[in-house]
Amino acid sequence: MALAKEVQPEERDLDIGQETQIKPFTMNFGPQHPAAHGVLRLVLEMEGEIIERADPHIGLLHRGTEKLIEYKTYLQAVPYFDRLDYVCPMNQEHAFALATEKLLGITPPPRAQYIRVLFCEIGRVLNHIMNITTFALDVGAITPALWGFEEREKGMEFYERVCGARLHANYFRPGGVHQDMPDGLTDDILQWCEGLPNFLGDIDSLLTNNRIFKQRTVDIGVATAEEAMDWGFSGPMLRGSGIAWDLRKSQPYDVYEEMDFDIPVGKTGDCYARYLVRMAEMHESIKIMKQCIENIPDGPIKVDDYKVSPPPRAEMKSSMEAMIHHFKLYTEGYHVPAGETYTAVEAPKGEFGVYLVSDGSNRPYRCRIRAPGFAHLQALEFLSKGHQLADTVSNIGSLDIVFGEIDR
Amino acid sequence: MEDLAEYIVEKLGKLALGHYFEHDELVVKVKPEGVCKALQFLRDDKECRCQILVDICGVDYPDRPERFEVVYNLLSMHQNHRIRIKTSVDEETLVPTATGIFSSAGWFEREVWDMYGVLFDGNPDLRRILTDYGFEGHPQRKDFPLTGYVELRYDEELKRVVYEPVQLTQDFRTFDYLSPWEGMTDIQLPGDEKGTKPEFGWKSTKQESA
Repeated sequence: MALAKEVQPEERDLDIGQETQIKPFTMNFGPQHPAAHGVLRLVLEMEGEIIERADPHIGLLHRGTEKLIEYKTYLQAVPYFDRLDYVCPMNQEHAFALATEKLLGITPPPRAQYIRVLFCEIGRVLNHIMNITTFALDVGAITPALWGFEEREKGMEFYERVCGARLHANYFRPGGVHQDMPDGLTDDILQWCEGLPNFLGDIDSLLTNNRIFKQRTVDIGVATAEEAMDWGFSGPMLRGSGIAWDLRKSQPYDVYEEMDFDIPVGKTGDCYARYLVRMAEMHESIKIMKQCIENIPDGPIKVDDYKVSPPPRAEMKSSMEAMIHHFKLYTEGYHVPAGETYTAVEAPKGEFGVYLVSDGSNRPYRCRIRAPGFAHLQALEFLSKGHQLADTVSNIGSLDIVFGEIDR
Repeated sequence: MEDLAEYIVEKLGKLALGHYFEHDELVVKVKPEGVCKALQFLRDDKECRCQILVDICGVDYPDRPERFEVVYNLLSMHQNHRIRIKTSVDEETLVPTATGIFSSAGWFEREVWDMYGVLFDGNPDLRRILTDYGFEGHPQRKDFPLTGYVELRYDEELKRVVYEPVQLTQDFRTFDYLSPWEGMTDIQLPGDEKGTKPEFGWKSTKQESA
């Protein structure tokens, strides 16, 4: 809980008759606070209700992911990416898979690319539902969270059906995906897509013109286009400030080039604009998912190179060579030619990048993870300065932070 | 991109140490003292217009005399390109801070300091960021053990969390599955001359002439 601590406790005798001067407060917000979205410890220096300085203390969830990956083979590194931003795990695996593919010089088959795009967009919807509903919860609306989590669960069921886990998917691989989708999954996803606009309409009617929601978000935490660029914003944070920039359009990867979708852009750069951008983005995601399901080709789902992707199990029973390949892949892994790359994807929260340095061995020499939330949280002080305490909560909500990726 | 690279190197003059392309990504190497000037130039120049500092990170190469590489990733939305700036420093050398040019540099520099111990000259708030209060050492250096040096435990008597030297019930094992045959490529075994070099999964320990 937030504990208020007076700076000068000895001067407690206040003359009520006179106009009293408000003493500056130092306030400790979190790390165990429901509105801190995880383990954020925020040290606020306040002049009355006004924030003078906000100093986020992060690292409470630091697990040394980057260091751990240096000790693992490329294949073993994939599950770590699920545990970064656990709200949309597959989008992060995508960045790592693309970076490794770039170093290896391989391209996954079209079907794999479609599956990856499809599941990235499911991830985007999952993330935005999570963000919008908890954001609304922070500013006082409970109903969206109750409705939203039901819808989110349906999306996570698709994750479960395709890879066996709701959250820690470990599904994307350098060179494709782990296994093909089960029969009937695309039909069910399509059905979900048909129902989603209805659900989004409900959320829209609850929040978009809600007086309280607007009072809490409009003109709060304004970032102009220049400021957004200066602070290294990306994703909805950048688009909320009026910059039409989306890596899926400008630097397309996998089959995003073939997809027809728009980039929603906010005008005002405040918390409300960022909420609107996220709402509109979900509609665009539905469009992409439908196109994926419509156009998905048949074919292999991983590259046909046993040095990188494992041979089919049936073949392993009869072919000695296939078995050796399998054994070598899961013990030694594959060697990645020496080189380096910075590969970024448009994760729901913004630009998620992987800077991968290979020294030619079977383990990454360095795997730098560029998390969008890290840059966004840094700007919290700039966004909150001069606002009231309650507005900090709105700001944190609209930043869309998840500590798995910030602390790494 | 080739023209742009030559243009940048020419404009930076003596501060640039050269450029190269890695998988079509432009990398410009600069001297540590030239980082600020290079970033400023890349942000303001009309050809470059890199308005966003995407990332700063460190890489540790213990064998080099200047063991740390500080890597700046820049993005230009107008020109739709990415440029990477690299500089090499040793443990003593200060790197000038980029906080005056990009506000986003603050935390990234703090992280590089925390993880690698590279000092940034002029950063107004160079505290540790990801590690615990009072942490010692720089965990991402290659000579820092993966298990660390200390572990935490809640002490029932002291009623608080205490630090203790890390004790492993089993030795820390790094499984090295590198194939002994491929590891021996310096040694000519009978039959080696018949083999073909596979595209992936093979690395010569010899320095091949490129």
